[in-house]
Amino acid sequence: MDEMTWLDYLPVLGQGAWVTVQLTVWSTLFGALLAFAAGLGKLARNAAVRGLSVAYIEIFRGTSLLVQLFWLYFALPLVGQAIGINLRLPPVTAGILALSLNIGAYGAEVVRGAVQAVTRQQYEAARALNFTPRQTLFRIALPQAIPEMMPPFDNLAIQNLKDTALVSLISLADLAMRAEQLRNYTQDSTTIYTLVLLMYFGMALVLTAFMRGLSSMVGRWRPAQR
Amino acid sequence: MTDPIIRFDKVAKRFGDISVLDGLDFTVSRGEKVTIIGPSGSGKSTILRILMTLEDISDGTVWVDGEPLWHEKAGDGTLKPASEAHLHKMRGKLGMVFQSFNLFPHMTVLRNITEAPVQVLGLSKPEAKDRAMGLLDMVGLSDHAEKYPHQMSGGQQQRVAIARALAMRPDILLFDEPTSALDPELVGEVQEVIRKLAYEHDLTMLLVTHEMRFAREISDRVCFIDKGSVHEEGAPEDLFTAPQQPRTQEFLRAVLDG
Amino acid sequence: MLFGFEWDTTNGWTLAVSILPILMRGLWVTLQATVLGFAIAMVLGLVLAALKAAPSRLVSWPARGVSEFLRDTPLLIQLFFLYYVLPEFGIILPAFLTGAVALGLQYSAYLSEVYRAGIEAVPRGQHEAARALNLAPRRTFSRIVVPQAIPRIVPAMGNYLVSIMKDVPVLSVVTVLEMLNVAKIIGDRTFNYLVPLSMVGGLYLILTLVAAQGVRRLDRALPKTGIPLK
Repeated sequence: MDEMTWLDYLPVLGQGAWVTVQLTVWSTLFGALLAFAAGLGKLARNAAVRGLSVAYIEIFRGTSLLVQLFWLYFALPLVGQAIGINLRLPPVTAGILALSLNIGAYGAEVVRGAVQAVTRQQYEAARALNFTPRQTLFRIALPQAIPEMMPPFDNLAIQNLKDTALVSLISLADLAMRAEQLRNYTQDSTTIYTLVLLMYFGMALVLTAFMRGLSSMVGRWRPAQR
Repeated sequence: MTDPIIRFDKVAKRFGDISVLDGLDFTVSRGEKVTIIGPSGSGKSTILRILMTLEDISDGTVWVDGEPLWHEKAGDGTLKPASEAHLHKMRGKLGMVFQSFNLFPHMTVLRNITEAPVQVLGLSKPEAKDRAMGLLDMVGLSDHAEKYPHQMSGGQQQRVAIARALAMRPDILLFDEPTSALDPELVGEVQEVIRKLAYEHDLTMLLVTHEMRFAREISDRVCFIDKGSVHEEGAPEDLFTAPQQPRTQEFLRAVLDG
Repeated sequence: MLFGFEWDTTNGWTLAVSILPILMRGLWVTLQATVLGFAIAMVLGLVLAALKAAPSRLVSWPARGVSEFLRDTPLLIQLFFLYYVLPEFGIILPAFLTGAVALGLQYSAYLSEVYRAGIEAVPRGQHEAARALNLAPRRTFSRIVVPQAIPRIVPAMGNYLVSIMKDVPVLSVVTVLEMLNVAKIIGDRTFNYLVPLSMVGGLYLILTLVAAQGVRRLDRALPKTGIPLK
């Protein structure tokens, strides 16, 4: 076996990192959609919509991500068998689905909190100007609430990036999986895992910088922050 | 003045066990400028908030422009609780200026004024902008159209809020202690705008305030409200100089000397 | 067969009943890992918080860097690092202990922030009042600041305790037989993943709802005026 140096690891780890980036981006986007749907759903007047949102949020916040991932990957096909549909998900689908559902449930609480934090006076002003409830939500409440969501969303995005490592356990070739493969091949654990930790850290820093930028963009109208 | 645009008919408002309005009878004629005065907790603001549909009523009927505000006529002629569609239609007749301005912080001044005319009344953007610029000119803030609320003083924000309410062309404009949240040196500029409105427009105005001198200046009629009902009312020169009721006398002595 | 228990695969219900005692064994391991990981995080978090608050930047900046690093990298990779790299330096720990240390490390960074936020939330006026009374800085901290910080810190710590519990299944990758790993093994052997995995989900839901209720009670029970230390 040829001696490999840390430089030789980089292309392999780079491939894995690219998968990690894609997983993070897609599951954060889908997660954000779910967060808005369930967060606003929890505030809806319709009791069925509210109940569904609460059930989704509680189930996915109340159980472990790895349990959810395994359930979707290993148990869901059996449900499909029982009802006669093929629910065997490819690893990438199961992975993105579990990550999005999980982060979306946490995000939903952020969305709900921020919308509820918009002051009563703003809703009254909107009412006095005869905006409909829908217009009030989309034109008055959400534009004020979204900037408030950004710092917790930043934390959730980082959480999501870290959580993508778990999809390696259902055989997805992300950064964590590549690291494990390299380790099996070279036994050079120290170098490989140090590199991988640094790569995740680097991605987290980039993600935070991006979220900061996004935050100042959606909050342009606000007085200068402390 | 026999054409009442607002009529409260034995209106009661209770919050749990606390009775705020208790069989209130009260009318305002079209074009009239009425000031409501009274001790805090007397239910003054509640009257405005009921009219703006921010607060519902517990009993009685409120009439606005000949129609019940919180009720609709059912098929058999009786009154049933109003639907959201009815409230939406009725709200179009009213506008409100709040104590704490309540401008939308995420919109520029211009957008604050044009948003509702465009979204609710269906005006085109240029139409709404023309209307807004005219109103900004009237309140003396034409140069501030592109600013955000937090970049302005409280007095300027309140003048924008008045323009915003006027942009909806209401028949009735409600002022809920419009100068109470302002630093003393900014009160004058807001009062100046309200005064101009009172003298030059046929708008019906209903004002809750603690500024007695200002009330006297602009009102056709002053109502003293205490414990949820009208205690005494009359032309300002009568009510302020020769109040008939002991409680009115006591209240006026306290606020005028204080 | 696992831990000496047989399972009955006649149908889903009999399977569920027969594997419940096995899952309980796993649950016990999950709780042990949670408590040990939390204890380590509490102590390390305190050390990190103290270092981050050190007057010298030579100390506080590296401490902040370490804290960021621990927080921004995946638990799974930290765990693998400890599991594979420590033995290369002659430190051989049982898998369970390695797992608890990994949990402790990751969450020490979160808890250090909880401590900091709790202490910074004590109003400046309290420090000024203590100074006006000529209290020594150490006494000010132990008698004035900490008692008022505790009611803010404890509920936040409770929430992280629940988070740690939900992260314990990650330890299955280093062969720790916590609840999810036990369920996975049962699934591998019976070809029925649905029953054991759903049961683990249900048990987790019960645990976290109970824990959340506990944290809420604790939050309500703590006097907001502060808890004096003896």
